[in-house]
Amino acid sequence: MHLYNLSLQAPTAVTHSVVGNFSGARQQELIVSHGTRLELLRVDGQTGKISVVLATDVFGSIRSLASFRLTGGTKDFAIVGSDSGRIVILEYDPKTNSFLKLHQETFGKSGARRIVPGQYLATDPKGRAVMISAMEKSKLVYILNRDAAANLTISSPLEAHKNSAIIHDIVGLDVGFENPMFAALEVDYSESDQDPSGEAFMNAAKMLTFYELDLGLNHVVRKWSEPTDSRANLLVQVPGGQLGSTEKFDGPSGVLVCCEDHIIYRHMDAPQHRVPIPRRSHPMEDKDRGIIITSAVMHKMKGAFFFLLQSEEGDLFKVTIDHEDEQVKSLKIKYFDTVPVAASLCILKLGFLFVASEFGNHYLYQFQKLGDDDSEREISSTDFPSLGMENPSSPLPHINFRPRPLDNLALAEEIESLDPILDAKVLNLLPNSDTPQIFAACGRGARSTFRTLRHGLEVEETVSSELPGIPNAVWTTKLKEDDTYDSYIILSFINGTLVLSIGETIEEVQDTGFLSSAPTLAVQQIGADALLQVHPHGIRHVLADRKVNEWKVPPGRTIVCATTNKRQVVAALSTAELVYFELDSDGQLNEYQDRKAMGSTVLALSIGEVPEGRLRTPYLAVGCEDQTVRIISLDPESTLETISLQALTAPPSAICIADMLDASIDRNLPTMFVNIGLQNGVLLRTVLDPVNGQLTDTRTRFLGSRHVRLVRVTVQRNAAMLALSSRSWLNYTHQHMLHFTPLIFENLDYAWSFSAELCPEGLIGISGNTLRIFQIAKLGNKLKQTTMPLTYTPRKFITHPQNRLFYMIESDHRVHSEEAVSTKIQEMQRNGQRVDHAMLDLPPSVFGRTKAPAGTWASCIRILDPIEAKTVHVLHLDNNEAAFSIAITPFISQGSEHYLVVGTAKDTFIAPRSCTSGYLRTYRFTDEGRGLELLHKTETDDVPMALLAFQGKLVAGIGKSLRLYEMGKKKLLRKVEAKTPLAIVALETQGSRIIVGDMQESIHYAVYKPLENRLLIFADDVSPRWTTALTMVDYNTVAAGDKFGNFFVNRLAESASNAVDDDPSGAGILHEKGQLMGAPHKTKMMCHYHVGDIITSLHKVALVAGGREILVYTGLHGTIGILIPLVSKDDVDFITTLEQHMRTEQGSLVGRDHLSWRGYFTPVKAVVDGDLCETFARLPAQKQASIAGELDRTVGEVLKKLEQLRVSTSGF
Amino acid sequence: MSSRAEGELRYTANTQLEHLHARYTGTGHADITKYDWLTHQHRDTLSSIPGHPTLLSYLAIADGEAKGRVKFELAERMLQPCGPPPPKEDD
Repeated sequence: MHLYNLSLQAPTAVTHSVVGNFSGARQQELIVSHGTRLELLRVDGQTGKISVVLATDVFGSIRSLASFRLTGGTKDFAIVGSDSGRIVILEYDPKTNSFLKLHQETFGKSGARRIVPGQYLATDPKGRAVMISAMEKSKLVYILNRDAAANLTISSPLEAHKNSAIIHDIVGLDVGFENPMFAALEVDYSESDQDPSGEAFMNAAKMLTFYELDLGLNHVVRKWSEPTDSRANLLVQVPGGQLGSTEKFDGPSGVLVCCEDHIIYRHMDAPQHRVPIPRRSHPMEDKDRGIIITSAVMHKMKGAFFFLLQSEEGDLFKVTIDHEDEQVKSLKIKYFDTVPVAASLCILKLGFLFVASEFGNHYLYQFQKLGDDDSEREISSTDFPSLGMENPSSPLPHINFRPRPLDNLALAEEIESLDPILDAKVLNLLPNSDTPQIFAACGRGARSTFRTLRHGLEVEETVSSELPGIPNAVWTTKLKEDDTYDSYIILSFINGTLVLSIGETIEEVQDTGFLSSAPTLAVQQIGADALLQVHPHGIRHVLADRKVNEWKVPPGRTIVCATTNKRQVVAALSTAELVYFELDSDGQLNEYQDRKAMGSTVLALSIGEVPEGRLRTPYLAVGCEDQTVRIISLDPESTLETISLQALTAPPSAICIADMLDASIDRNLPTMFVNIGLQNGVLLRTVLDPVNGQLTDTRTRFLGSRHVRLVRVTVQRNAAMLALSSRSWLNYTHQHMLHFTPLIFENLDYAWSFSAELCPEGLIGISGNTLRIFQIAKLGNKLKQTTMPLTYTPRKFITHPQNRLFYMIESDHRVHSEEAVSTKIQEMQRNGQRVDHAMLDLPPSVFGRTKAPAGTWASCIRILDPIEAKTVHVLHLDNNEAAFSIAITPFISQGSEHYLVVGTAKDTFIAPRSCTSGYLRTYRFTDEGRGLELLHKTETDDVPMALLAFQGKLVAGIGKSLRLYEMGKKKLLRKVEAKTPLAIVALETQGSRIIVGDMQESIHYAVYKPLENRLLIFADDVSPRWTTALTMVDYNTVAAGDKFGNFFVNRLAESASNAVDDDPSGAGILHEKGQLMGAPHKTKMMCHYHVGDIITSLHKVALVAGGREILVYTGLHGTIGILIPLVSKDDVDFITTLEQHMRTEQGSLVGRDHLSWRGYFTPVKAVVDGDLCETFARLPAQKQASIAGELDRTVGEVLKKLEQLRVSTSGF
Repeated sequence: MSSRAEGELRYTANTQLEHLHARYTGTGHADITKYDWLTHQHRDTLSSIPGHPTLLSYLAIADGEAKGRVKFELAERMLQPCGPPPPKEDD
């Protein structure tokens, strides 16, 4: 068994983001890390739209990210700390649109280890040094400089280690041009490790330590170390240093120490300032719970600076410092706005705030104002005795604020993010769809969503209008060559042509020079200012003064098809002759003296655009009824001579020559593609060799059931091609690579580019008698999402076997249920306390829910309609119960009526896992599954984490116990039980076999023997694995994912499987001797692969109609990937050899060894990394050729094989 | 004579070992106490979780806390993950 892994959707969670001028232009960009992927984003200052400029997999885990700029430089560099044991400096190269690795310095072992640096990064604001630190002890400082040729240099590392110190955070101090300094927040554990009384532990002080890099002596000294608040967690740089010219201080320098409930300003030998973090005045607030700052950003403007600090509830606080030179007068804090809790915040000079949410969609906000003169209360350190430091160990009084909707910020852009995907299903439920959709339960807390993902580009429709008849084609045209926008829309009907003019409104015009009494075959703006119409009986050349030169078809013949560009026209006559015209220097259309007889009726014609600076395109493609396509020369030397011929499998219906950029073929110049659409719905894509006119590198793709029509269009200023069949597809270049993606839109019969003032980059299409004007906004996004909000974090959902509804359980820890809130409020009102109802009414999707103590849960069961994307019914759970598992079971004893069983637990604590009681709630479906009626609750002794319908009964994983339940009158009746080592989290079944996924102990195989009513575990795994999701690949094989981001496949030996099945009573298994303190049989590991994301669901499905079954998985951080079984030995050999070459050619961007990354915990086995293989297309041509040579193939064959693997199984 | 040489050897070997242990925090040795071993294990785990972004998310979702809070509490727990050390026997 060999698998090929491909990601269809890269992780969307952002772990870090930095801002800088990475391309060196006067424009700020963002670099975001998605954990295993780096992206460069650009923000459009006018529209606030974010576009992805570059995205690359790094094949390693990014743990920290920082940017810096050398003094006097104009370009920022990025530094990446990862699990590679190396520090890497990256430069963005706008020319090749790639990250260049400038430096890679090794300092330790790979892996996210305790004392190997990589967790934290801090840079000197003047770009002279960088500190990289581990969670404990190790800190290394590198000096950054320029050499004589102005190249960036990096020194050997200088150690700033401190033994037995836990490091909470580090930051670079702004000291101007004095020696660079770094601050670290450290706790020493050596004393508390030695003191049995626990006193040293109680007195352990968190130290704020300043490290100075002495540039003269080239070493690091511990300059200053003072205890600070013991609950400090974050350091923020405060501007400092003098401006060279004015000698004015930028700021006081030093750091902000963010602690639980407080912010402290600290600097060497300077008085401290302390202010409290304001708290929400919410009636349900837990007054004893502290608040910490989880992310912060500092922004410098001309002569001023401020900080935005975000609390763990999402509230942003603006912090300012009043200072006179280096003396701080006061530290002030005030409430700013509330945005989703961020993993990282960035402020752009254009006036935007980028919020990379820790879960869910990311946002870009525009600053409306800076909260300078509003009524929000500002708290100053001078309001408190001794600047808030009178008694540093005791808290300052609580100060409250009222959260409110956005005031200082306005939403500019939202980036969709699936993170986290907690469960998913792959099914085809939507009408008119031949491929399955992915239904995903995403998000956390009140921002959770249910999303339907469809493969295809999202289309925004601007106009749609009904037409009097059904047109068969549409064109738009400009009047003059240098017009920006189109002026006419031309519609061709069976017996006539309609011309519409585009102005403020779209209306019919008459005197255009176009023939309106006949259908139109082609329309072209030709020459400088003339128009051209081809109709069955002639070609009309409409000059600027409306004078018409008409070329008439000889009597008895008609034009059957035509193709045009700015200077050339080719028409095919009903007698299978080709007529060729060319524009001369006077703007006259001249016919070439000879006509070319084709010998077979011409069905399709195409010529490319005139290349810039040329007079003509040299090639014409002709598709004939005899199932051939011929390339014919238009060169003056050999006009109308046949150059090459390609045989087809069906008659062609359309041909389109398009020049498009594809970096895998040529990274600088567009390639000339000849696309041939066949009448059976197949598209052939071939490359036309510009030198000899031969067709090479043919790729096929099935588009749909109707004959194919092809149209050359422009999308986002690039050449693209629309292919219309029973689905519409777009062929386009995105990030220098060619893509082919369906449009999620109504079927189009014909389409053309459309450009007007209101819609400069649009397309126009006809479907039936409707005219539609639309545009494609996001090219990078191949999955269209439909989103529906949920109440709490979704945990699991299931489908009903008879209706098309989903049943979902949602539960949130540390949240009061609605029932608990109303009880508490009533109690408060009874006690005469005033209740602020306005605070209770704040929408939780924006402000979140108030944090409750551990062991408090809010939970519900939701019935939802996935097709309409709406909730049908919600059932809130009472009694502090939280739902953990769900199943629909047809109980045989009840005449196979379906029941919904939900496993819940009361007062659940997560670590250590405990609950006062678990329950199996049994519901009867009412109203055709749209309602639920509680029948009974069955108490259990532990949390029921997994439920499954099994042979007309229910199997439940309740803690360690695997139990079989039968329906009873008052409760479910326990029939039989088996035990696993720790806790059952996943169940699957086939026949009488039950596959059990254990929380820590991998996968167990159990069998039910009804004869003796025995439930027996007969096989297990030799290694412990923290199972998260599993699916049966076949009767003996299980594919599963674990908590550390691994994918693996276990298989039971055929002989053991048969032996178990042949034993009618199970007595044989019962008395067999266990192996290695476990079950008598052991499974064998077949495949192993480190995905880099925690797999949350696994499915065995076919993604394309009639395609092979593959494994589809979803990952916690928003990954959607597939694992394709390789069928032939040849494929395996080819692809593994290619992977080996790619490993050596394409090193990881963060310096992680690819083989050890994919074999993070267990060596990779029998899985090929398709994402790595596909980077073959991005290699320089020379390297491509040498690798292809080693594989005994041509570059084209390698690329074709890679594409075929992806397309034939996923359609992506 | 031989015992003296052995003693010296042991002495030098020990200093080397001590040096290595000081350099590679978290490395165990034959005579490690249960408490020390457990504390090392816990510290390794606690520092590894924030080092793997997906694991941190996993914990944060389960616990219903912000990632920043989970990371902070993990780092705080590194100070003494397994309670105070057992009293020394010779005391």
